[in-house]
Amino acid sequence: MKRFILAFTLAAGQPFAANAAEFNQVQPDKSAITFGYQQMGVKMDGRFKTFAAKLNFDPARPTDAKATFDVDLASIDTGAPEGDEEVAGKPWFDTKAFPTAQFVSGSVKALGGNRYEVAGKLTIKGRTQDVVVPATFTAQGTTGVFDGSFTIRRGDFSIGEGAWAKFDIVANDVLVKFSITATSK
Amino acid sequence: MTDTYTPTAKGLHWLMTILIFGLLVLGFYMHDLPLSPQKLQLYSWHKWAGVTAFLLVWLRLFWRITHRPPALPAGMPKLIQFAAHAGHFMLYALMIAIPLSGWLMSSAKGFQTVWFGVLPIPDLFDKNKELGELLALVHKSLNLLFVAVIVGHVGAALKHHIIDKDDILTRMLPGNRIPRRQ
Repeated sequence: MKRFILAFTLAAGQPFAANAAEFNQVQPDKSAITFGYQQMGVKMDGRFKTFAAKLNFDPARPTDAKATFDVDLASIDTGAPEGDEEVAGKPWFDTKAFPTAQFVSGSVKALGGNRYEVAGKLTIKGRTQDVVVPATFTAQGTTGVFDGSFTIRRGDFSIGEGAWAKFDIVANDVLVKFSITATSK
Repeated sequence: MTDTYTPTAKGLHWLMTILIFGLLVLGFYMHDLPLSPQKLQLYSWHKWAGVTAFLLVWLRLFWRITHRPPALPAGMPKLIQFAAHAGHFMLYALMIAIPLSGWLMSSAKGFQTVWFGVLPIPDLFDKNKELGELLALVHKSLNLLFVAVIVGHVGAALKHHIIDKDDILTRMLPGNRIPRRQ
Protein backbone atom coordinates (compact mmCIF):
# COMPACT_ATOMS: atom_id res chain seq x y z
CA MET A 1 0.00 0.00 0.00
CA LYS A 2 2.78 2.40 0.99
CA ARG A 3 4.56 1.65 -2.22
CA PHE A 4 1.38 2.29 -4.16
CA ILE A 5 0.91 5.75 -2.62
CA LEU A 6 4.53 6.60 -3.31
CA ALA A 7 4.19 5.47 -6.91
CA PHE A 8 1.00 7.49 -7.30
CA THR A 9 2.67 10.58 -5.89
CA LEU A 10 5.58 10.25 -8.26
CA ALA A 11 3.24 9.64 -11.19
CA ALA A 12 1.35 12.84 -10.38
CA GLY A 13 4.70 14.57 -10.72
CA GLN A 14 4.48 16.58 -7.54
CA PRO A 15 3.76 16.09 -3.85
CA PHE A 16 0.18 16.48 -2.62
CA ALA A 17 1.20 19.36 -0.39
CA ALA A 18 2.28 21.45 -3.35
CA ASN A 19 -0.93 20.68 -5.18
CA ALA A 20 -2.92 22.30 -2.42
CA ALA A 21 -0.98 25.56 -2.74
CA GLU A 22 -1.11 25.77 -6.49
CA PHE A 23 -3.01 28.78 -7.81
CA ASN A 24 -4.73 27.68 -10.99
CA GLN A 25 -8.33 28.89 -11.01
CA VAL A 26 -8.35 32.23 -12.80
CA GLN A 27 -11.17 34.54 -11.73
CA PRO A 28 -12.10 36.50 -14.88
CA ASP A 29 -14.32 38.99 -13.05
CA LYS A 30 -11.42 39.95 -10.80
CA SER A 31 -8.85 40.08 -13.57
CA ALA A 32 -8.05 42.78 -16.07
CA ILE A 33 -5.81 43.39 -19.06
CA THR A 34 -5.39 47.06 -19.88
CA PHE A 35 -3.07 49.09 -22.07
CA GLY A 36 -1.75 52.62 -22.30
CA TYR A 37 -0.12 54.62 -25.08
CA GLN A 38 0.52 58.18 -26.15
CA GLN A 39 -1.34 60.07 -28.86
CA MET A 40 0.39 63.36 -29.72
CA GLY A 41 1.63 63.61 -26.17
CA VAL A 42 -1.74 62.69 -24.68
CA LYS A 43 -1.82 59.62 -22.44
CA MET A 44 -4.56 57.27 -23.57
CA ASP A 45 -5.68 53.98 -22.12
CA GLY A 46 -8.02 51.12 -22.80
CA ARG A 47 -8.73 47.51 -21.95
CA PHE A 48 -9.69 44.12 -23.30
CA LYS A 49 -13.00 42.94 -21.92
CA THR A 50 -12.65 39.27 -22.81
CA PHE A 51 -9.71 36.95 -22.42
CA ALA A 52 -9.11 33.36 -21.43
CA ALA A 53 -6.29 32.61 -19.03
CA LYS A 54 -4.85 29.35 -17.85
CA LEU A 55 -2.18 29.36 -15.24
CA ASN A 56 -0.50 27.13 -12.74
CA PHE A 57 1.60 28.75 -10.08
CA ASP A 58 2.97 27.23 -6.91
CA PRO A 59 4.87 29.80 -4.83
CA ALA A 60 7.05 26.95 -3.55
CA ARG A 61 8.07 26.03 -7.09
CA PRO A 62 7.82 29.22 -9.15
CA THR A 63 10.10 28.02 -11.93
CA ASP A 64 7.54 25.33 -12.80
CA ALA A 65 4.85 27.94 -13.34
CA LYS A 66 2.96 28.02 -16.61
CA ALA A 67 0.63 30.57 -18.07
CA THR A 68 -1.32 30.94 -21.30
CA PHE A 69 -3.43 33.94 -22.23
CA ASP A 70 -5.77 34.24 -25.17
CA VAL A 71 -7.06 37.76 -25.58
CA ASP A 72 -10.15 38.40 -27.68
CA LEU A 73 -8.97 41.42 -29.65
CA ALA A 74 -12.48 42.35 -30.78
CA SER A 75 -13.37 42.91 -27.12
CA ILE A 76 -11.16 46.00 -27.03
CA ASP A 77 -12.43 49.12 -25.33
CA THR A 78 -10.46 52.14 -26.53
CA GLY A 79 -12.81 54.55 -24.81
CA ALA A 80 -14.53 55.66 -28.02
CA PRO A 81 -16.79 53.56 -30.29
CA GLU A 82 -15.11 54.87 -33.45
CA GLY A 83 -11.76 53.85 -31.96
CA ASP A 84 -13.01 50.31 -31.23
CA GLU A 85 -14.26 50.01 -34.80
CA GLU A 86 -11.05 51.39 -36.25
CA VAL A 87 -8.63 49.07 -34.45
CA ALA A 88 -10.61 45.97 -35.43
CA GLY A 89 -9.85 46.80 -39.07
CA LYS A 90 -7.10 45.55 -41.33
CA PRO A 91 -4.46 48.21 -40.60
CA TRP A 92 -4.66 47.51 -36.87
CA PHE A 93 -5.54 44.08 -35.40
CA ASP A 94 -7.39 42.70 -38.43
CA THR A 95 -9.59 40.76 -36.03
CA LYS A 96 -11.35 38.84 -38.82
CA ALA A 97 -8.09 37.13 -39.78
CA PHE A 98 -6.45 37.24 -36.33
CA PRO A 99 -9.15 37.24 -33.66
CA THR A 100 -6.90 36.51 -30.69
CA ALA A 101 -3.58 37.59 -29.27
CA GLN A 102 -1.76 34.86 -27.40
CA PHE A 103 0.88 34.81 -24.71
CA VAL A 104 2.52 31.52 -23.77
CA SER A 105 4.97 31.47 -20.92
CA GLY A 106 8.37 29.86 -21.17
CA SER A 107 10.83 30.04 -18.32
CA VAL A 108 10.03 31.72 -15.03
CA LYS A 109 12.68 33.32 -12.82
CA ALA A 110 12.19 34.19 -9.16
CA LEU A 111 13.75 37.60 -8.50
CA GLY A 112 13.34 37.47 -4.74
CA GLY A 113 10.54 38.67 -2.55
CA ASN A 114 7.30 38.45 -4.46
CA ARG A 115 8.86 39.45 -7.77
CA TYR A 116 9.13 37.18 -10.76
CA GLU A 117 10.17 37.43 -14.36
CA VAL A 118 8.28 35.45 -16.97
CA ALA A 119 9.82 34.96 -20.39
CA GLY A 120 7.37 34.00 -23.08
CA LYS A 121 6.14 34.34 -26.59
CA LEU A 122 3.57 36.90 -27.59
CA THR A 123 1.70 36.41 -30.83
CA ILE A 124 -0.40 39.20 -32.31
CA LYS A 125 -1.61 39.42 -35.89
CA GLY A 126 0.37 36.33 -36.87
CA ARG A 127 3.67 37.76 -35.64
CA THR A 128 5.47 36.25 -32.67
CA GLN A 129 7.91 38.09 -30.44
CA ASP A 130 9.85 37.07 -27.34
CA VAL A 131 8.80 39.14 -24.38
CA VAL A 132 9.97 39.31 -20.77
CA VAL A 133 7.21 40.12 -18.34
CA PRO A 134 7.96 41.21 -14.78
CA ALA A 135 5.22 40.30 -12.33
CA THR A 136 4.51 40.36 -8.65
CA PHE A 137 2.46 37.81 -6.80
CA THR A 138 0.47 38.63 -3.69
CA ALA A 139 -1.44 35.87 -1.94
CA GLN A 140 -4.10 36.11 0.69
CA GLY A 141 -5.19 32.65 1.78
CA THR A 142 -6.37 30.78 -1.26
CA THR A 143 -6.53 33.88 -3.47
CA GLY A 144 -3.50 35.20 -5.28
CA VAL A 145 -3.08 38.26 -7.49
CA PHE A 146 -0.53 38.62 -10.25
CA ASP A 147 0.28 42.19 -11.22
CA GLY A 148 2.66 43.46 -13.83
CA SER A 149 3.26 45.42 -16.95
CA PHE A 150 5.52 45.33 -19.98
CA THR A 151 6.05 47.47 -23.03
CA ILE A 152 5.63 46.27 -26.58
CA ARG A 153 6.23 48.16 -29.78
CA ARG A 154 3.15 48.08 -31.96
CA GLY A 155 5.39 48.30 -35.03
CA ASP A 156 6.86 44.87 -34.18
CA PHE A 157 3.43 43.35 -34.71
CA SER A 158 2.32 45.56 -37.61
CA ILE A 159 -0.43 47.04 -35.44
CA GLY A 160 -1.35 50.23 -37.25
CA GLU A 161 -0.25 49.96 -40.86
CA GLY A 162 -0.49 52.33 -43.80
CA ALA A 163 -1.45 55.84 -42.74
CA TRP A 164 -0.97 54.85 -39.08
CA ALA A 165 2.49 53.34 -39.55
CA LYS A 166 4.30 56.52 -38.54
CA PHE A 167 4.61 57.01 -34.82
CA ASP A 168 4.18 60.80 -34.74
CA ILE A 169 0.45 60.61 -34.00
CA VAL A 170 0.07 57.27 -32.23
CA ALA A 171 3.27 56.30 -30.42
CA ASN A 172 5.07 53.01 -31.05
CA ASP A 173 5.33 52.01 -27.39
CA VAL A 174 2.30 50.39 -25.83
CA LEU A 175 2.31 49.55 -22.14
CA VAL A 176 0.37 46.37 -21.42
CA LYS A 177 -0.78 46.03 -17.83
CA PHE A 178 -2.41 43.07 -16.18
CA SER A 179 -3.89 42.11 -12.87
CA ILE A 180 -4.90 38.48 -12.70
CA THR A 181 -6.64 36.92 -9.73
CA ALA A 182 -6.40 33.16 -9.30
CA THR A 183 -7.47 30.89 -6.49
CA SER A 184 -6.14 27.56 -5.37
CA LYS A 185 -8.58 24.71 -4.92
CA MET B 1 -10.87 110.98 -25.17
CA THR B 2 -8.73 108.81 -27.41
CA ASP B 3 -10.03 108.25 -30.90
CA THR B 4 -8.32 105.00 -31.62
CA TYR B 5 -7.38 101.74 -29.95
CA THR B 6 -3.86 101.11 -28.66
CA PRO B 7 -1.61 99.11 -30.98
CA THR B 8 -1.70 96.28 -28.40
CA ALA B 9 -5.50 96.21 -28.41
CA LYS B 10 -5.52 96.20 -32.21
CA GLY B 11 -2.88 93.48 -32.36
CA LEU B 12 -4.78 91.27 -29.93
CA HIS B 13 -8.07 91.90 -31.79
CA TRP B 14 -6.67 90.83 -35.17
CA LEU B 15 -4.56 88.00 -33.80
CA MET B 16 -7.67 86.54 -32.17
CA THR B 17 -9.70 87.20 -35.33
CA ILE B 18 -7.35 84.92 -37.26
CA LEU B 19 -7.14 82.37 -34.45
CA ILE B 20 -10.91 82.23 -33.89
CA PHE B 21 -11.70 82.08 -37.61
CA GLY B 22 -9.29 79.13 -37.91
CA LEU B 23 -10.72 77.46 -34.81
CA LEU B 24 -14.31 77.78 -36.06
CA VAL B 25 -13.57 76.51 -39.57
CA LEU B 26 -11.45 73.65 -38.21
CA GLY B 27 -14.00 72.77 -35.54
CA PHE B 28 -16.95 72.56 -37.91
CA TYR B 29 -14.85 70.70 -40.50
CA MET B 30 -13.11 68.10 -38.35
CA HIS B 31 -15.86 66.66 -36.22
CA ASP B 32 -17.48 64.70 -39.07
CA LEU B 33 -14.25 63.27 -40.48
CA PRO B 34 -13.72 59.51 -40.36
CA LEU B 35 -11.03 58.48 -37.88
CA SER B 36 -7.57 58.93 -39.38
CA PRO B 37 -4.17 60.21 -38.27
CA GLN B 38 -5.12 63.55 -39.84
CA LYS B 39 -8.26 63.74 -37.73
CA LEU B 40 -6.31 63.12 -34.53
CA GLN B 41 -3.77 65.72 -35.59
CA LEU B 42 -6.47 68.29 -36.42
CA TYR B 43 -8.15 67.67 -33.05
CA SER B 44 -4.87 68.25 -31.25
CA TRP B 45 -4.23 71.45 -33.20
CA HIS B 46 -7.76 72.66 -32.50
CA LYS B 47 -7.28 72.05 -28.78
CA TRP B 48 -3.87 73.74 -28.72
CA ALA B 49 -5.25 76.79 -30.55
CA GLY B 50 -8.29 76.80 -28.25
CA VAL B 51 -6.13 76.87 -25.12
CA THR B 52 -4.06 79.66 -26.70
CA ALA B 53 -7.20 81.68 -27.47
CA PHE B 54 -8.42 81.14 -23.90
CA LEU B 55 -5.17 82.57 -22.50
CA LEU B 56 -5.15 85.48 -24.97
CA VAL B 57 -8.68 86.52 -24.06
CA TRP B 58 -7.63 87.08 -20.45
CA LEU B 59 -4.70 89.17 -21.62
CA ARG B 60 -7.13 91.10 -23.79
CA LEU B 61 -9.56 91.64 -20.93
CA PHE B 62 -6.71 92.83 -18.72
CA TRP B 63 -5.65 95.26 -21.45
CA ARG B 64 -9.20 96.49 -21.97
CA ILE B 65 -9.71 97.12 -18.26
CA THR B 66 -6.41 98.99 -17.93
CA HIS B 67 -6.72 100.89 -21.26
CA ARG B 68 -10.08 102.49 -21.81
CA PRO B 69 -11.35 101.88 -25.34
CA PRO B 70 -12.47 104.86 -27.45
CA ALA B 71 -15.99 106.04 -26.81
CA LEU B 72 -19.00 105.23 -28.94
CA PRO B 73 -19.98 107.95 -31.42
CA ALA B 74 -21.95 110.83 -29.93
CA GLY B 75 -25.61 110.88 -30.78
CA MET B 76 -25.90 107.08 -30.90
CA PRO B 77 -29.37 106.07 -29.63
CA LYS B 78 -29.38 104.58 -26.11
CA LEU B 79 -30.84 101.32 -27.32
CA ILE B 80 -28.11 100.89 -29.96
CA GLN B 81 -25.45 101.77 -27.37
CA PHE B 82 -26.85 99.08 -25.14
CA ALA B 83 -26.83 96.61 -28.04
CA ALA B 84 -23.18 97.47 -28.77
CA HIS B 85 -22.17 96.87 -25.14
CA ALA B 86 -24.23 93.69 -24.91
CA GLY B 87 -22.68 92.42 -28.16
CA HIS B 88 -19.14 92.99 -26.93
CA PHE B 89 -19.99 91.44 -23.56
CA MET B 90 -21.31 88.37 -25.41
CA LEU B 91 -18.13 88.13 -27.50
CA TYR B 92 -15.93 88.12 -24.40
CA ALA B 93 -18.22 85.75 -22.49
CA LEU B 94 -18.20 83.30 -25.40
CA MET B 95 -14.43 83.58 -25.89
CA ILE B 96 -14.15 82.34 -22.28
CA ALA B 97 -17.04 79.86 -22.21
CA ILE B 98 -16.29 78.10 -25.52
CA PRO B 99 -12.75 76.91 -24.72
CA LEU B 100 -13.91 75.94 -21.22
CA SER B 101 -16.71 73.81 -22.69
CA GLY B 102 -14.24 72.25 -25.14
CA TRP B 103 -11.78 71.39 -22.40
CA LEU B 104 -14.52 69.92 -20.17
CA MET B 105 -15.92 67.95 -23.13
CA SER B 106 -12.46 66.51 -23.81
CA SER B 107 -12.13 65.59 -20.14
CA ALA B 108 -15.48 63.83 -20.05
CA LYS B 109 -14.77 62.03 -23.30
CA GLY B 110 -11.50 60.74 -21.88
CA PHE B 111 -9.13 62.68 -24.14
CA GLN B 112 -6.97 64.88 -21.98
CA THR B 113 -5.83 68.21 -23.42
CA VAL B 114 -2.05 68.49 -23.56
CA TRP B 115 -1.06 71.97 -24.74
CA PHE B 116 1.28 71.62 -27.72
CA GLY B 117 1.72 67.99 -26.70
CA VAL B 118 3.84 69.13 -23.77
CA LEU B 119 1.78 70.74 -21.02
CA PRO B 120 -1.00 68.51 -19.69
CA ILE B 121 -4.08 70.41 -18.58
CA PRO B 122 -5.73 68.59 -15.68
CA ASP B 123 -8.99 66.79 -16.35
CA LEU B 124 -11.79 68.18 -14.23
CA PHE B 125 -14.10 65.26 -14.94
CA ASP B 126 -13.57 61.53 -15.10
CA LYS B 127 -14.57 59.75 -18.27
CA ASN B 128 -18.35 59.89 -18.56
CA LYS B 129 -20.09 59.17 -21.87
CA GLU B 130 -23.38 60.98 -21.16
CA LEU B 131 -21.62 64.05 -19.78
CA GLY B 132 -19.28 64.02 -22.77
CA GLU B 133 -22.19 64.05 -25.20
CA LEU B 134 -23.95 66.78 -23.26
CA LEU B 135 -20.83 68.93 -23.27
CA ALA B 136 -20.35 68.31 -27.00
CA LEU B 137 -23.84 69.73 -27.52
CA VAL B 138 -23.00 72.70 -25.26
CA HIS B 139 -19.74 73.32 -27.17
CA LYS B 140 -21.55 73.18 -30.50
CA SER B 141 -24.47 75.38 -29.38
CA LEU B 142 -22.15 78.03 -27.92
CA ASN B 143 -20.23 78.07 -31.19
CA LEU B 144 -23.39 78.52 -33.26
CA LEU B 145 -24.30 81.43 -30.98
CA PHE B 146 -20.74 82.74 -31.34
CA VAL B 147 -21.01 82.67 -35.14
CA ALA B 148 -24.30 84.61 -34.91
CA VAL B 149 -22.76 87.25 -32.61
CA ILE B 150 -19.68 87.53 -34.86
CA VAL B 151 -21.93 88.07 -37.88
CA GLY B 152 -23.64 90.85 -35.91
CA HIS B 153 -20.24 92.30 -34.91
CA VAL B 154 -18.93 92.36 -38.49
CA GLY B 155 -22.27 93.58 -39.82
CA ALA B 156 -22.34 96.46 -37.32
CA ALA B 157 -18.75 97.46 -38.16
CA LEU B 158 -19.55 97.47 -41.89
CA LYS B 159 -22.76 99.41 -41.31
CA HIS B 160 -20.78 102.08 -39.45
CA HIS B 161 -18.22 102.23 -42.24
CA ILE B 162 -20.49 102.11 -45.28
CA ILE B 163 -23.74 103.68 -44.14
CA ASP B 164 -22.79 105.94 -41.21
CA LYS B 165 -19.35 106.68 -42.72
CA ASP B 166 -17.81 107.08 -39.24
CA ASP B 167 -14.49 105.84 -37.83
CA ILE B 168 -15.79 102.85 -35.84
CA LEU B 169 -14.20 100.35 -38.22
CA THR B 170 -11.10 102.29 -39.23
CA ARG B 171 -10.04 102.97 -35.62
CA MET B 172 -9.50 99.23 -35.18
CA LEU B 173 -7.41 98.92 -38.34
CA PRO B 174 -3.61 98.69 -38.07
CA GLY B 175 -1.51 101.82 -38.44
CA ASN B 176 -2.05 105.38 -37.26
CA ARG B 177 -4.87 106.49 -39.45
CA ILE B 178 -6.30 109.95 -39.28
CA PRO B 179 -9.77 109.34 -37.95
CA ARG B 180 -12.35 110.31 -40.47
CA ARG B 181 -15.11 112.56 -39.28
CA GLN B 182 -18.73 112.62 -40.20
